[in-house]
Amino acid sequence: MNLTLRVWRQKDASSEGQFETYEAQDISPDQSFLEMLDAVNEDLIVAGKAPIAFDHDCREGICGTCSLVIDGRAHGPDSGKTTCSLHMRRFSDGDNIVIEPFRAKAFPVVRDLVTDRSSFDRIIQSGGYISVKTGSAVEANAMPVPKENSDLAMDAAACIGCGACVAACPNASAMLFIGAKVSQMALLPQGQPEREQRVLKMVDTHDAEGFGNCTNEYECMKACPKEIDVANIARLNREYLKATITTRD
Amino acid sequence: MILDSHVPDGPLSEKWEKHKFDLKLVNPANKRKYTVIVVGTGLAGGAAAASLSELGYDVLNFCIQDSPRRAHSIAAQGGINAAKNYPNDGDSAHRLFYDTIKGGDYRSREANVHRLAEVSNNIIDQCVAQGVPFAREYGGNLANRSFGGAQVSRTFYARGQTGQQLLLGAYGALMKQVDAGKVKMMPRREMLELVLVDGKAKGIVVRNLVTGEIERYSGHAVVIATGGYGNVFYLSTNAANSNVTASYRAYKRGAFFANPCYTQIHPTCIPVKGDLQSKLTLMSESLRNDGRVWVPKKSGDARSPNDIPDDERDYYLERRYPAFGNLVPRDVASRAAKKACDEGLGVGETKLAVYLDFRDAIKREGEAAIRAKYGNLFDMYEHITDENPYKVPMRIFPAVHYTMGGLWVDYNLMSTIPGLFVLGEANFSDHGANRLGASALMQGLADGYFVLPATIGGYLSSVSHKDRPETTVAEFDAAEKAASDRIEKLLGVNGTRTAVSFHRALGKIMWEHCGMARNMEGLARAISEIAALREEFWKDLKVVGGADEFSQGLERAGRVADFMEFAELMCRDALEREESCGGHFRDEHQTEDNEAKRDDEEFAHVAAWEYKEGADPVRHKEELNFENVKLTQRSYK
Ligand SMILES: Cc1cc2nc3c(=O)[nH]c(=O)nc-3n(C[C@H](O)[C@H](O)[C@H](O)COP(=O)(O)OP(=O)(O)OC[C@H]3O[C@@H](n4cnc5c(N)ncnc54)[C@H](O)[C@@H]3O)c2cc1C
Ligand code: FES
Repeated sequence: MNLTLRVWRQKDASSEGQFETYEAQDISPDQSFLEMLDAVNEDLIVAGKAPIAFDHDCREGICGTCSLVIDGRAHGPDSGKTTCSLHMRRFSDGDNIVIEPFRAKAFPVVRDLVTDRSSFDRIIQSGGYISVKTGSAVEANAMPVPKENSDLAMDAAACIGCGACVAACPNASAMLFIGAKVSQMALLPQGQPEREQRVLKMVDTHDAEGFGNCTNEYECMKACPKEIDVANIARLNREYLKATITTRD
Repeated sequence: MILDSHVPDGPLSEKWEKHKFDLKLVNPANKRKYTVIVVGTGLAGGAAAASLSELGYDVLNFCIQDSPRRAHSIAAQGGINAAKNYPNDGDSAHRLFYDTIKGGDYRSREANVHRLAEVSNNIIDQCVAQGVPFAREYGGNLANRSFGGAQVSRTFYARGQTGQQLLLGAYGALMKQVDAGKVKMMPRREMLELVLVDGKAKGIVVRNLVTGEIERYSGHAVVIATGGYGNVFYLSTNAANSNVTASYRAYKRGAFFANPCYTQIHPTCIPVKGDLQSKLTLMSESLRNDGRVWVPKKSGDARSPNDIPDDERDYYLERRYPAFGNLVPRDVASRAAKKACDEGLGVGETKLAVYLDFRDAIKREGEAAIRAKYGNLFDMYEHITDENPYKVPMRIFPAVHYTMGGLWVDYNLMSTIPGLFVLGEANFSDHGANRLGASALMQGLADGYFVLPATIGGYLSSVSHKDRPETTVAEFDAAEKAASDRIEKLLGVNGTRTAVSFHRALGKIMWEHCGMARNMEGLARAISEIAALREEFWKDLKVVGGADEFSQGLERAGRVADFMEFAELMCRDALEREESCGGHFRDEHQTEDNEAKRDDEEFAHVAAWEYKEGADPVRHKEELNFENVKLTQRSYK
């Protein structure tokens, strides 16, 4: 099939960007979306033009590196999928496709479709872990965890940190991202000692990094390739409230 | 040069304890005066950087991705082994040791493997304490499953995302240390040169992938944990950014490269479709717990698989290996699939696939139970192939997956360059000629959490903390010049072909001649074809853009250039190893029923290659002494 692409091009963070139009020709329905872009890039290079920069690594939906807004939707039309797991059979001959980077104040553009998501790392730095020094752990089965909690913790832990939730949110809020991590830890006995500190610090960092507030639009859940539930935001809110009441500075 | 593995003496199971006691320690108050450079943030690098900084060392940590959490380890699906013996099925550190040595076809070092088995249990404890949500039973205790090459159930898992969860655990520990100011994290950096001062590893030169600037970093020791080189085959299950550059640069500076020909071809991957495919997707080995592998008995049987009755199917693994059945080690399963396809029994459009069938498991346990175990893998399969594996058997074929070869290291994980340590998939140490499933995660974390933090002290205690060079010394100038000259050279060719097209061509040569089966004639041909391709590369490469900007094309070109040189070393190694062992199968050396035929008289050694400027590399040997296991023909019958 043949397609027309409208792609966001921007040299670097300080340059202005604009859309450019490209033709993608002879694309097979079995190709992945990124393989379609690979093909366009091959042609651009041979023609002496700068290839389109886009982030990717695992190409199987787990590393969270790929990050495109396709026709206005973070990670494209299919729910529960990353951009790299999207296949061209989802499109038809003659389609126009608009491709943009994940847009948010806290994700500045590095080049073209590549953004800087280090704000997510800084949120985790501020408390998204359990402090346990190497070697100081107790025997693993000394701390049984009810299967139900363990499964819920795993559901939350499935977050790949791609930032689609932020890109999809009208307020560019990262509450689903934080909610997932806070929930995972709050559901496990190991997470209890730092429970209050964790949620307070992570929310503070979130706000300081320039992410917006959650106004229950639920766009995040729709865009999330791992289908992380907004129930995790509800749990985050409860945890936050509890922590503000119980902790003393 | 005699390769000294520095394996401590004493009984096998006491070596590690004794060694830890004998190692000199660095005074706790002095640790912060030592800077350790850790390249890589996968399980090995991430665990090492976090643990070293907890001990008090000052750590600089680098990775290619935009965040340490995205290292390739994240993609591991199936699980991680440990000798906990929770199922009470007779497991022990000794059994894990034995299975790993045997699985590696007796080509690994006994002492290293035993240590790995010993620390395996601590890894599980550590990860659980970090909040890794391993699968659990209803009573709340940890669950286990079986993996290939073992008859006990010792694999811990977190759905089909074990690597992700383990890496996020290590990443959390790392982020805690970054927050405390103890680790300086430098993402989007690619190591291009290793810097030696007075023959010791003292720094690295990297390219800042955002600005294109070349940067210099010095330290008291350098740790390489940059993963495997499976992408030399172009198509593999590895992530796109996986490369050999860091290891290869270290090799060119004097670190020996061990067993480069040992490659693991994983039996259960989604088959190749079309020329423009950019990567292959693994279907976790855990699927072989419940899936049955078969091909039609009749060549060219065009019926849909569900219409082929049982007596017209050949469940060839169950037939040939009744004891292990579908759970034979990977090399055995891969070769058996290749044999079936070579005999014209392959299925699907390309005839390069076999069936992995869940019909009986679904009948036995119900679809819901199978979904609970493998749901995300089944979904992934359906996304890619557009077929529903609950209804039709999966089609699978072997693909390049892991590289057992790597930089040579001694028992302390130090390479032949003093002060250069190598961890995880980047070293050669524990898996011999074939790695068992669920043991790479174990090794990466063992190296990073428990081994290096102990052994690096032994080295640093002999180095003065004042012995850290300024980055302005001549050695850094020379290394930076080497890196920028190469970049200039890549940009200067200005031909007509992209780096990707050269990479694809290289992969074809390697898969054809240095893949699942190798022979003398093919390897010799590969070596000359690679040389010709390399010449073409330096005449006709095209990279668009400059050196001082974000340029994925330039990154790729640099990695392909290194793969092109390294590929030749792999072929040489495969050519010299005149035996079949594990993943290295030489057509000339097989038993009557097509099993790998080892030659323990001649080849019970590690081949470690030394780089020689302008000349052929030199092959050194480290003899492997087996004092605790008896070398036998591996049998899974
Ligand atoms: C699809 C798949 C599934 C797997 N499943 C399992 C499993 O179930 N169980 C199991 O035990 N094993 C499994 N493996 C194998 C296992 O995942 C890997 O062997 C292991 O994770 C490697 O870890 P590592 O830390 O050595 O390297 P990696 O995780 O590859 O990390 C390499 C790091 O080095 C950095 N780096 C690389 N080159 C440079 C450079 N030049 N400059 C700077 N930084 C650099 C990267 O950015 C990255 O941070 C699987 C592998 C694959 C591909
Ligand atoms: S490239 Fe890894 S999730 Fe898409």
